[in-house]
Amino acid sequence: MASEKPILYGYFRSSCSWRVRIALALKGIAYDQVPVNLLKDGGQQLSAEFKAVNPMQQVPALKIDGITLSQSLAIIHYLEDTRPNPRLLPQDPKKRAQVRMISDHIASGIQPLQNLSVLKQMGERKTEWAQKCIASGFQALEQVLQQTAGRYCVGDEVSMADLCLVPQVANAERFSVDLGPYPTITRINKALLELEAFKVSHPSRQPDTPAELRA
Amino acid sequence: MQQVPALKIDGITLSQSLAIIHYLEDTRPNPRLLPQDPKKRAQVRMISDHIASGIQPLQNLSVLKQMGERKTEWAQKCIASGFQALEQVLQQTAGRYCVGDEVSMADLCLVPQVANAERFSVDLGPYPTITRINKALLELEAFKVSHPSRQPDTPAELRA
Repeated sequence: MASEKPILYGYFRSSCSWRVRIALALKGIAYDQVPVNLLKDGGQQLSAEFKAVNPMQQVPALKIDGITLSQSLAIIHYLEDTRPNPRLLPQDPKKRAQVRMISDHIASGIQPLQNLSVLKQMGERKTEWAQKCIASGFQALEQVLQQTAGRYCVGDEVSMADLCLVPQVANAERFSVDLGPYPTITRINKALLELEAFKVSHPSRQPDTPAELRA
Repeated sequence: MQQVPALKIDGITLSQSLAIIHYLEDTRPNPRLLPQDPKKRAQVRMISDHIASGIQPLQNLSVLKQMGERKTEWAQKCIASGFQALEQVLQQTAGRYCVGDEVSMADLCLVPQVANAERFSVDLGPYPTITRINKALLELEAFKVSHPSRQPDTPAELRA
């Protein structure tokens, strides 16, 4: 058993940080948060201080069991490997693969294309670009979910795919993407937001949430 | 999902390369591509995800099409930035390969990304660990037989 509480380095609005917060909440793992502001001071994740914590200079980073991990899905898999209950990946290999496929589609195929550093390169075309990436990704995702979904993304149990979905829908809403064409995504997102783990981890309720955005 | 790669296996069709590789690992576990130790598994996944989410998507075809004339400059920037972070991590995790001395999923991600870097003329001088590991991996049969220069659809002028 770890003698120290895990520490999560994250940002209230980072969708990747939110995924990890949901996982920690679902698994009932108590942790401390150290906010890293991605906008202030040219991006606090680039500071020498944070580099000593995580040489990859990225959030989220989780300090746990004597190691520091980055990459949200690698972190979530580690939590799954070491704190297996309740599980976030189904036992059946084919369903596991579907969960991973959906998670990776969001975490590799959508989110990176509309994250801060890319948007900075887009100048005025920023919003148009983000909308395009998200719409394109959601179109493919809606197709897959129609085959895999039950109450949630894959069947009726919350999985890593659901942890990826909710933050990405929040991003879509921030960029005013029309969600009309994605009824399955919308339905699942709504069902997940009713769960305590998704509420307590919400960007509007974090230590570093600005006053004007606080729930 | 209108993407490659897609693998049709055991009656299902999967996309997303790392989801496919994990499925192969779950169902055909030998030889393994992920260490048994959870911390080393996490390092393998962290490196794999860094490449598969943090570098490759930013320089894939659909994004580059949007960049017009800035295409090569953009790709070089993404790769260099990603490799800078990766070099730091590998100095902590690497043995003969990305994590310790056994080939893992991280190595499967590294070699193709180095090939992309070469295609975009990224200077690999600043990344000695990446370079060393890439060289060691390219000596293995699995990395040779799967090389882009030796596939059924490799154009004649690029064929090994």
